Amino acid sequence: MSREEIRETLSEIFADVMDLDEVALTDATTADDIEEWDSLSHVRLIVAVEREWGISFTNAEIEGFKCVGDLVSAIAAKAG
Amino acid sequence: MSGLPIRDLGWLERPGEDWRTRLKALTAGKETVPGAALAALARPALNLDRLIALDRVRTKLGGRLDPAGLTPLRVALMADATTDYLAPALRASALRHELLVETHVPAYGEALAEALAEDGALADFGAEAVLVASDYRSLGLAAPRTDPGEAAAVAAAAGRLAGIARAAAAAGATPVIQTVPAPADPWCGHLDAALPGSPAAQVAAVNAQLRALAAELGAPVFDADALAGLAGRAEWDDPAYWHRAKLAFAPDLIPLWADHAARILAALRGKARKCLVLDLDNTLWGGVIGDDGLEGIRLGQGSADGEAFQAVQAYALSLKARGIVLAVVSKNEDDAARLPFRQHPEMLLREADIAVFIADWTDKATNLARVAKTLNIGTDALVFLDDNPAERARVRQMLPEVAVPEAPEDPALFPRVLAQSGLFETVALSAEDAKRAAQYAENAERAAAMAEIGDYGDYLVSLEMTCDLAPFDRVGRARIAQLVNKSNQFNLTTRRYTEADIARFETDPGVFDLQARLTDRFGDNGMISVVMFRTGPEEWLCDTWLMSCRVLKRRVEEAVLAAVADAARAAGAKRLVGDYLPSEKNRMVAGHFEGLGFAAAGDLPGGGTRWVLELDGWRVPELPMRLTGALAPGWSREAAE
Repeated sequence: MSREEIRETLSEIFADVMDLDEVALTDATTADDIEEWDSLSHVRLIVAVEREWGISFTNAEIEGFKCVGDLVSAIAAKAG
Repeated sequence: MSGLPIRDLGWLERPGEDWRTRLKALTAGKETVPGAALAALARPALNLDRLIALDRVRTKLGGRLDPAGLTPLRVALMADATTDYLAPALRASALRHELLVETHVPAYGEALAEALAEDGALADFGAEAVLVASDYRSLGLAAPRTDPGEAAAVAAAAGRLAGIARAAAAAGATPVIQTVPAPADPWCGHLDAALPGSPAAQVAAVNAQLRALAAELGAPVFDADALAGLAGRAEWDDPAYWHRAKLAFAPDLIPLWADHAARILAALRGKARKCLVLDLDNTLWGGVIGDDGLEGIRLGQGSADGEAFQAVQAYALSLKARGIVLAVVSKNEDDAARLPFRQHPEMLLREADIAVFIADWTDKATNLARVAKTLNIGTDALVFLDDNPAERARVRQMLPEVAVPEAPEDPALFPRVLAQSGLFETVALSAEDAKRAAQYAENAERAAAMAEIGDYGDYLVSLEMTCDLAPFDRVGRARIAQLVNKSNQFNLTTRRYTEADIARFETDPGVFDLQARLTDRFGDNGMISVVMFRTGPEEWLCDTWLMSCRVLKRRVEEAVLAAVADAARAAGAKRLVGDYLPSEKNRMVAGHFEGLGFAAAGDLPGGGTRWVLELDGWRVPELPMRLTGALAPGWSREAAE
């Protein structure tokens, strides 16, 4: 699965979790860019990502995510 | 996997592709949104994200939501962990059970302090129910104890939760006491249960105390420990989420938790279902009786399929034993449909078990409405089990208020679907519940007797009724509370009181209270009416007057009035005052007081009416029944002697 494809699926998950109509994610997108992306919705975001790709992250990994690009890389590494 | 997915609420239909579109559409316009539209979106199995989205829409609608059809309930959520997901999930899941829940959540860690403060946020909120939930880590039970300090740790933990529950009860709210889920990981392994200092044993000891407390307070228990076991303890108790966000259990299980919390609150508000309506072919037996005949259908020992269908029947009978009424709606010829009930040796269900039996070719939604009408209950008290997805979809479309659980392909799972759905959840089981199914059958016999006699007055005399009139007492308490919370139609004021309230009324000198029972030659109807008047020197004001619809048109209300009037006169009062407060469902009693001879005394705010009966000129009518009990009017006792 390409980074492009992962980002696309991720956009849908963001829309679902944050209850947004449309989300345009880039690798550089951070929580500062999306108002609804706070610590609470972040927990649900990770749950949704883990469910979607059938993977799981450690808390250390989760704390290391600074932007969407970090998350995409982690998904790509785990989901192959 | 062939099991029923518990965590994904496998008994509920899946949300359609267009779920989010339908949700968004609610906030698009400017017009009022009926509560039923929100309830419809809440009915499918929703994951946490969707529950939160639904709750946001409800908040956004604000005054545009027409709450008619939803029962409002104010719930304080006193939890020792992160509640940010629990509260919206509970509010959204409550809509599935036709409850409009407002929540109050104290700041993290302040639940006990807030409960004990006499004024402050919790008191201002005016909670009707207080959910007391905790976690073994917050309670200090995570660490094993090798010194004998475990008793003190258990006492401290249980005392903390009891403090919140008692404060809630004292403030007039109903505490809902959640047991503490035991940790997934053992200390010494299988030995843990035998070691009082193990975390598992400490949690078990706390839970035993919580159960005793609940029994003492008459409060419902939310058995979260059992729920964790059901969901899988290792999935429930997820340490990563505890460390990450202080979530007491895995967020994937929040929809399950929320549905269980909501069903208990719904049961507390008398919203439990009363009747299970069963399809026949491929639901109670394998095959089609009209095509396959008595020998061709699969039922009973000898085949796995046949045993599964027999288990469905056994489960239906277990519901009947606790007062759930059984009915049949099937597309069949009537005689073919009844054949297995009469002649198949492996049938557990017999015709006598079925209160209403409809087998014809009319569409099932129409026939379900007929079942409700025959039993004198609302269609929202029905649960419909049918193996055919098309029939289920049709009924859901025509009668969205009928609960139609998803039936998995394998009939072996039908009982589990019914059991896990919680549609027959109850917060108390009274001795009367067990008799109810028989009472519906007796009603059918009475109807037959009526048909034979013809004249209604003669018919009432022929019933040989005895009406027992007594003040509230300890024995009747649970049933009184149940009637007060469940009766919708014959209920003048629809005021709800908890069992604890009822206990207080028993000794309150400012309250005249009465419970009525009715027997006749066909059987015992049990307790069928509850009445309370606020007493005053001049006038007595009716606070509550309700009656079971099973005994409509039996002149029981006149017998009850005779008892009230007799007591009021003896106390020196001059008149009785009665209010009719309209609700969604009580239109049938709009003319109640007028029918009893009360005079109109003006309108009340909110569409109600007030009625007055001057006791001076009032005369007791002749009643077709014997009156007994401590509150039977003096004249009737003399007449009997």
